Amino acid sequence: MFKILRKTARTGLVTIGYPRAPALMPESFRGAPRFAFSAWRDARPAAAACPTGAISIRESGDGSHSGGAEGTRQVTVDYGLCIFCGECAEADADGAVRMTREFELAARDRRDLAVTAEYLLDASGTQVELTNLHQADRAADAPPEKLERTVRERIRSVLGRSLAIREVDAGSCNGCEVEIAALTNPVYDLERLGIHFVASPRHADMLLVTGPVTRNMELALAKTYRAAPDPKVVVAVGACGISGGIFGRNYAIVGGVDQVVPVDVYVPGCPPRPHALLYGILLAVGRIAQKGLPQ
Amino acid sequence: MKSGKFDQIRRDSVGLLENWREGRVEIYADLPDSGIRPVMSTLMQSGCRIAAVFAEDRTGPEQRYYLYYVFEHPEDQRYLLARAPVSTANPVFPSLSAELPSLNWHEREIQDWFGLVAEGHPNPRRVALHDNWPDVHPLRKDFSIDTLLPPFEGERHVYRPTLGEGVFQIPVGPVHAGIIEPGHFSFAVAGEPILYLQLRMFYVHKGIEKRFEQLPVNHAVYLAESISGDSSFSHGTAFCQAIEAAAGAEIPGRARRMRTILLELERIHNHTGDIGAIATDVGFVIANAHASRLRELILGLNEELTGSRLLRGMVCAGGVRRDWTRDQILRCLEVLNLFEREFSDLMLLIDASDSTRDRLERTGVLRPDKAADLGIVGVGGRASGVDRDVRRDHPYAAYDSVSFAVPVYEDGDVLRRMQVRVDEVRESLAIIRAVASDLPAGPYRVLLPPVPADACAFSAVEGWRGEIFHWIRMGAGNRLERCKIKDPSFNNWPALVEAVQGNIVPDFPVINKSFNLSYSGTDR
Repeated sequence: MFKILRKTARTGLVTIGYPRAPALMPESFRGAPRFAFSAWRDARPAAAACPTGAISIRESGDGSHSGGAEGTRQVTVDYGLCIFCGECAEADADGAVRMTREFELAARDRRDLAVTAEYLLDASGTQVELTNLHQADRAADAPPEKLERTVRERIRSVLGRSLAIREVDAGSCNGCEVEIAALTNPVYDLERLGIHFVASPRHADMLLVTGPVTRNMELALAKTYRAAPDPKVVVAVGACGISGGIFGRNYAIVGGVDQVVPVDVYVPGCPPRPHALLYGILLAVGRIAQKGLPQ
Repeated sequence: MKSGKFDQIRRDSVGLLENWREGRVEIYADLPDSGIRPVMSTLMQSGCRIAAVFAEDRTGPEQRYYLYYVFEHPEDQRYLLARAPVSTANPVFPSLSAELPSLNWHEREIQDWFGLVAEGHPNPRRVALHDNWPDVHPLRKDFSIDTLLPPFEGERHVYRPTLGEGVFQIPVGPVHAGIIEPGHFSFAVAGEPILYLQLRMFYVHKGIEKRFEQLPVNHAVYLAESISGDSSFSHGTAFCQAIEAAAGAEIPGRARRMRTILLELERIHNHTGDIGAIATDVGFVIANAHASRLRELILGLNEELTGSRLLRGMVCAGGVRRDWTRDQILRCLEVLNLFEREFSDLMLLIDASDSTRDRLERTGVLRPDKAADLGIVGVGGRASGVDRDVRRDHPYAAYDSVSFAVPVYEDGDVLRRMQVRVDEVRESLAIIRAVASDLPAGPYRVLLPPVPADACAFSAVEGWRGEIFHWIRMGAGNRLERCKIKDPSFNNWPALVEAVQGNIVPDFPVINKSFNLSYSGTDR
């Protein structure tokens, strides 16, 4: 017993200050890529290099390959598919794509994770002018009814004080589980924020779900959601939990978590580092503000 | 260099194995129409171990399926892949599971995924596709990966009943109580002791082997890293080694050594996490606090060396994607020195705790004879007398240039499975120091030539859990025609079933954790 206490005293405090203090991480940490859209001349190499299709291209007109007529190119970057591998930055010859150390990417709306740039092309397929840059179109959707908004805010204020989380692996590769488990270690020490993991969905305020959701876990996830008492929030973790990630959708995979249960917050990453998970959890209960994509 | 035992076997098995061909780490030989049975006794009597059996659909170009039986022998560094054709007209192969129980799941998986029938299998029920799935065989070439299967309305799985007065069953899962992966367990218990455990896996089946067939090689590396997230670098390396062998390319010495360092860092962080988790499961929570803090040290170091805490996005076909500066290497050694001191302190705490030892010793025993019969590999095997380690027996990366001990124990209990990890962490530290002190200058990556279509290659890596295999056949246009993956977890689940028998239900978590198998690696 004495040895245990002595070791504890000698070890001292190891817990980080985040989110109150800034997150400290090595220079080499690879966070989200940042795109200098106005300086980007050719998105095709980066799109071809992306293993998950997070950078996708749609072209119209015949200017890109033959003839002299101009065409247009629509480039969509979806951080909900991104695995932060850095292939795009390596492939891009313009220097318009750079890897950053951004990790606070979690968003309440799936559409907040995607951004689309529209370009005019010259005859060689080079992007000569950025004509439009917008996040996925939300105009068609009316803002949430006032009542619903009040309810959501109320839920957040109730759950925000002390939060019980049930983690559900609905098909992940277990990388996300490594990082979620790390939240309970003395360095991240989730409990200092009044947040803890519970063994049953019946005790939970939040489901923290990793994916992709497999066909074999579809029913189990739906039942787990139903077993959690209202009000509850759901956080979809990682590229796979958001969109299916590198696995995509296939005979064995339904897709992202929101294909099965309603999702309140999406946390990009592959896997998201513990800080990013913490940020997403706090965002879901309204204890922190959404920052948006790297600009 | 070990003698070529397979050359001798080749001389002794004329007419039973034909058309021998050398690969980089493997030998291929064809079985004639008489099949696997006649040669099996020769191979097993000569001391071979059968490591896996897998299938391939060649109905398009060759109008047949192939089965590959993977053998290894302690006196040969190469693997032997004996290939048997299976006709489309009569898609049946002889089951060997009755004599070789280690092949039980291998053969049933082939049944499920290819629709080939394992004739004479003692328990031919589905394993890899759940009972309620429609009658599909996803790895057949005529099955499209995008097939939209209807809602599952087939029969539900029925566990074998365990009858007797006072016997009852405890179902657990698929969503478990901890932060772990999903699977379903059914315990039959009489009072506290467990009589019998039945497993139902493949809840996280993601069609990974099929998905490999869709991706170009450079993208497929990321899929390999996601087979089992805690083994990203091991699976990534196994995959890249296979591609390099198929391309006939050698990677630079610097890349081999960098890979070795990263493979050992993966072992250290996972073993340290497991040691803490085992302590937690017997109530020694403070030990886990230190262990998880130490794991965090290594995860941070991983990030400094690769940009990713789980070592992702570093390995590539041809070497590694980024070089290290001298400062990074010095920093690595500095962190490991700190880690080593702290790790010794942690083990002093655990070793001084009699109650911890009392809970771990003689708990969850896997006897050496059972481990051998079931083909248990890796940590679970070495704690039960299975003296096998791919790093030593079939060296890859830079393991032929370092010497290290492979810890082997006979008692096969939780304590020994923990002790294997402790010993291996210490060996890993020594390996990294030896390799880092001798890191040659020069390139860290070579550009691979295009990989010829139809080139096949086998690759093995000792992941921190145990033996990982990848086998590939290339297709046209730098895409894969087939990628077979074997994670050590696939071998080792039966060990858990065996080890829990007679133990009390409250000890199940610690026994399970002492194996710490990957569900995703199993289910793919």
